[in-house]
Amino acid sequence: MEEGKVHSQSAEQSAAAYAVIKEAFGDAVSAFDANETMPFFEVLDLSRWQEIALFLRDNAKLKFNYMACLSGVDYPAEEKLGIVCNLESLGELGHKLTVKVKCARNGGSIPTVSCVWHTANWHEREAYDMFGMLFTGHPDMRRILCPEDWEGFPLRKDYQVQETYHGIKVPY
Amino acid sequence: MQELDTAGLGSVRVTRKSDNVVVLEKDLATEQMVLAMGPQHPSTHGVLKLECLTDGEVVTEAVPYLGYLHRCFEKYCENVDYPAIVPYTDRMDYLSGMNSEMAFSVAVEKLLDIEIPRRVEFIRVIVSELNRIASHLVAIGTYGIDLGAFTPFLFCFRDREHILSLLEWASGARMLYNYIWIGGLSRDVPADFNKRVREFVTYFRPQARELYRLLTENEIFVKRTKGIGIMPADVAINYGWSGPMLRGSGVKWDLRRNDPYSVYPELDFNVCVPDGRFSDIGDCLSRHIVRALEIEESLKIIEQCIDKMPGSEGFDPKSAIPKRIRPKEGEVYGRAENPRGELGFYIQSDGKSTKPLRCKARSSCFVNLSAMKDLSRGQLIPDLVAIIGSIDIVLGEVDR
Repeated sequence: MEEGKVHSQSAEQSAAAYAVIKEAFGDAVSAFDANETMPFFEVLDLSRWQEIALFLRDNAKLKFNYMACLSGVDYPAEEKLGIVCNLESLGELGHKLTVKVKCARNGGSIPTVSCVWHTANWHEREAYDMFGMLFTGHPDMRRILCPEDWEGFPLRKDYQVQETYHGIKVPY
Repeated sequence: MQELDTAGLGSVRVTRKSDNVVVLEKDLATEQMVLAMGPQHPSTHGVLKLECLTDGEVVTEAVPYLGYLHRCFEKYCENVDYPAIVPYTDRMDYLSGMNSEMAFSVAVEKLLDIEIPRRVEFIRVIVSELNRIASHLVAIGTYGIDLGAFTPFLFCFRDREHILSLLEWASGARMLYNYIWIGGLSRDVPADFNKRVREFVTYFRPQARELYRLLTENEIFVKRTKGIGIMPADVAINYGWSGPMLRGSGVKWDLRRNDPYSVYPELDFNVCVPDGRFSDIGDCLSRHIVRALEIEESLKIIEQCIDKMPGSEGFDPKSAIPKRIRPKEGEVYGRAENPRGELGFYIQSDGKSTKPLRCKARSSCFVNLSAMKDLSRGQLIPDLVAIIGSIDIVLGEVDR
């Protein structure tokens, strides 16, 4: 386990929380990136993501009951799409941790965690809307901000905007 | 006793009350009806569409449809320099521009190694607390209108006008300020600003109490909101609720206190939660009460800031702003307490460019609104209006 330099109390807490997860899931999770601004780890085994999420929420030493944010991200260099989840134990243990999950760029899918944190429901829809990865098991997998018949996924780095939408010129 | 022949009457229900009284009732069809509320509906506070499945007056399910005001904030961010994003954050939550600028600046400053002058911090807190009051006044006033009380709205907008004049005096704009910049401010406050703010606080304190008596303790208002749309604390946390919504459910959580930024640790204020004396914890009335009480706390914060603020001698509001804002390589999730809850920015920087690789806005209204489906189940249509109003959404921030 490479830990790097631990910078502050909150980074120390994140590292301690990560140690609990590493012990339970071993190779399914990556090494801990103890950077100063946003310490994170990555889920390597996609099929165990739901299980890990439930563990993060319910384990007595973790209690990450609050998902602050779930952002979709495009990694064109790695040919991958991903999500970044900022978790926090609100009112319980007070520590924070960030989890990253990545999937294939074309036709990739990630198991949903909307059953673990309700917050993820709309955020996953937004990530799908903007990046195009599917969330398997999601109760309502539709676009949320763009119109349902919009072409392409706007926040991908190689996105080309469509010429017309129902006869309206789009790029200007 | 004569038997009635109802064979030719179709679907008629026959009830024999006594020997002489027979009641015939037409058996009405009670199939469910889809009712679209919005996007042009005054009490959806903007362009929100709710597709309600109704059974008579009862809403069995309400599905929100968003995106009518989507302006590609995140795509825009990837194409402009960091300072050019600040004015755009005003346009997300246009009722509390200062707070949005504050949240974005706090997030970017985490990636920059700069020290913000103390006077800048205090001015930032004063203007964002003023803006918080203005925003809560709109929330309270329009909530009254939603439920049929017109007078409080006029009270609120009269006093909000004073705040907008103050902010206009400081920044030059009434709603879209571009005042808090990354690392500093666009300009110092005018010479007599503190004096005028203090005058405003003295003037406004009795007005706020009057408003509280006028609306919050009004029996009709209480009847429309008490016990409606109850959200238990654990479900609220699971939904990611924040701000007055979460505090309305009785969770004492405020980012100004629990994840402090700027000079908030030095300031003394209460985190308001309903005490359950005349509201049920977690209902619409509780959320309203939290907003009403927070106005008082913001006034307290403003007064303390004026007392503690360093003088303007030799002060340059732009002294800490780097020539080129190029954050170090890394990622950050920075957030601040908006009037509507936690406004967060996830920013990814490659360390070379002056534009972010990815900038995601975590909108408080977006997350708070996502509980609508659960909140509205089994409510009456007029109560649905009370629930939407209590969430206090700004569609500019929901859709970004």
